[in-house]
Amino acid sequence: MNEMLLLKYGEIALKGLNKKSFEDVLIKNIKRRLRYLGGFEYTRAQSTLYIKPKEDADIDEAVDKLKKVFGVTKICRAIVCTKDFSDIAKNAVEYLKDTLLRSKTFKVEAKRADKNFCMTSPELQKELGAKILEAYGHLSVNVHEPQVTVTVEIREENAFVHALKIDGAGGIPIGTSGRALLLLSGGIDSPVAGYMMAKRGVIVDAIHFEAPPYTSERARMKVEKLAKIMSGYTGAVNFHCVPFTKIQEKIKEHCPEELFTVIMRRIMMEIAQQIADSEGASCLVTGESIGQVASQTMYAMVCTDAVCTIPVFRPLIGMDKTEIVEISRKIGTYDTSIEPYEDCCTVFTPRHPKTRPQLLDVQRAQAQFDFKPLIDQAVEETRAYIIN
Amino acid sequence: MIYFDNSSTTKPCEQAISAASKVLSGTWGNPSSLHKMGLEAEKLIISARQAVAKSINADEREIFFTSGATESNNTAIFSSALTKGKRRKKIITTATEHPSVSAAIKRLEDKGFEVVRIIPSENGEISTSEVIRHVDKNTLLVSIIMVNNETGTVNDISTLFKAVKATDTEVYTHTDAVQGFLKIPVNAKTLCADMISLSGHKVYAPKGTGAIYVKKGLNLKPFIVGGGQESGFRSGTESVPLICAFAEAAKAYSKTQDERYKKAVLLRQRLKERTLALDGVYLHEFKSCLPYINSLTVMGYKSETLLHFLEEREIYVSSGSACSKGKKSEVLKAFGYSDSELDSTLRISFCADNTEDEVDRLMDEIQNAMNSLVRIKR
Repeated sequence: MNEMLLLKYGEIALKGLNKKSFEDVLIKNIKRRLRYLGGFEYTRAQSTLYIKPKEDADIDEAVDKLKKVFGVTKICRAIVCTKDFSDIAKNAVEYLKDTLLRSKTFKVEAKRADKNFCMTSPELQKELGAKILEAYGHLSVNVHEPQVTVTVEIREENAFVHALKIDGAGGIPIGTSGRALLLLSGGIDSPVAGYMMAKRGVIVDAIHFEAPPYTSERARMKVEKLAKIMSGYTGAVNFHCVPFTKIQEKIKEHCPEELFTVIMRRIMMEIAQQIADSEGASCLVTGESIGQVASQTMYAMVCTDAVCTIPVFRPLIGMDKTEIVEISRKIGTYDTSIEPYEDCCTVFTPRHPKTRPQLLDVQRAQAQFDFKPLIDQAVEETRAYIIN
Repeated sequence: MIYFDNSSTTKPCEQAISAASKVLSGTWGNPSSLHKMGLEAEKLIISARQAVAKSINADEREIFFTSGATESNNTAIFSSALTKGKRRKKIITTATEHPSVSAAIKRLEDKGFEVVRIIPSENGEISTSEVIRHVDKNTLLVSIIMVNNETGTVNDISTLFKAVKATDTEVYTHTDAVQGFLKIPVNAKTLCADMISLSGHKVYAPKGTGAIYVKKGLNLKPFIVGGGQESGFRSGTESVPLICAFAEAAKAYSKTQDERYKKAVLLRQRLKERTLALDGVYLHEFKSCLPYINSLTVMGYKSETLLHFLEEREIYVSSGSACSKGKKSEVLKAFGYSDSELDSTLRISFCADNTEDEVDRLMDEIQNAMNSLVRIKR
């Protein structure tokens, strides 16, 4: 069977003069994702990417991978026919058998890129519809709300028939919007935040803070696993692991308990920013949502952002936990996120964190101890590796 | 390296390793094969069965090899239900069983069985009269753990089961003897247990092997069916290498049971002495306790943090039971541990190769941990 994949771009189609550069990045990303699945030929025309698998290619696996490529809105599996009506009709009836048997109503939509084709679009629709009705007596035509739309496309070389449109990941291609550094904990939110940024074309690196012996190696392995699941969407993740124990102990020792979390987050941001600078990332990303926990109030965010000179993006800021959970289930990180290992040390969490910290108070409290040497040391000792 | 996690698993002994490797490279035939290679493998299983039977004073026909204690426990419970579960629909057990017992019983409960879970008294005992009070004509099975894997409390199985049988001989009795086997005498003739579960890797054999003792004449229906191995009671090609390793370990450690026990008593004494010198550090003591398993609370410090602190110093202990990785222990709750104790309790489990010096190292490092780690706030 001569199958082919048709990928619809969606948003990229609207990029005007920049369209080609977006397309180039998308095709590069797709090629990279499909590189171990056999040979494919790529052609583009009219905001559609045509992928023709060679004989050795694994088309099912390819569709699975393509569902996670940002910049693609729809994926169609089509059958390739010669530009001959009887061949088109025969193929449509056979190829769409399962789909048509499961449905009650349908319509045919014809598109002619080759205007020299011997039939007009309305003629084609009518004739092909008749052939389908002939083969599947249980069907009826419904042009307004059909359960199945059978599409036939007449191109220069060949004709294509397809019926099922699979949802793509949407968004725009990764690599068209710069590079960000994501603060990745072991929780539900941060991988979702990474996914959201990647969907808008951003390359996502990750930074994780570990505090042995308060956190375990298994907790870090869990975060690495999250990064790996996320990489199904984002591509390879540059992962930075920061040793954070000493800093936490010193905050605990020298700063007021109720400001522990906000000071800790300020220092995390400071370290993340240094790593971002050296890695060429131009912003930080966190999974915070406003008011979700005591440390995620607007006041606390004002205090943490005061240490940053680069922007801090929080794509989940206006979302409810249930909405975040829904996405994390969709992208497959949820089950890993809820594994019960100790993450960033509940031992340190204050009983009553200050929900309205004032920047001046926080700065004064943090000045009780000179964290600079420890911060430098943590940056120095950060281990970086690639997860994919 | 100091290994104080012997109730999670033990280091395989030389005898077990060499037995397994000999079989792997030499006698790798399928014991069910009719030819000579099969016969040689079968002979090994016969003598392994004799050895394991001897270690608990059972008849060799009463020993069935399994993949480990989880399978043995599941078999005991589900085979009981398969055999008499239509007429008898009540199970009596304790609130302190290993998950391989409690989860299997829970499954039957979901299918409509009535389950009574006895909570131990303050001194850790399961009261015989309390158990008997619940035994009636509807009772299918009484399943009680011999030695608790988290606290080391020892249940008096023979007294308990004698009383059960005196009330109704038809009731099945099962004990999970995993933590008692080769540490205290397990005598199938006097225990009054119809079924006894044993594990290999807790007694210096490799993981993946264990056994269930089933009293002669019980006629239990098998839980795992197939090719009819193990007299039809446990189908599946026998893991000859692991079974032989298990038997060798059982032989070797049967001989040394008493002297090893004495050693464990000394180690526990030393541990206790050292705890007396530290504020907020104490051993949980119950009326009857196995000296091998020690439940140690270090008040104010998270057990997982302590565990990783000690691990960095190459001392390996466990927080609660290793099977429950990070979850709060329901079993310790049943033993009456407070919430703060649940967060701060380590299990120190000995083997006879441990030394008093090692106990001293452990306690020195716990003291160091208390000086340098951040405390939990309450």
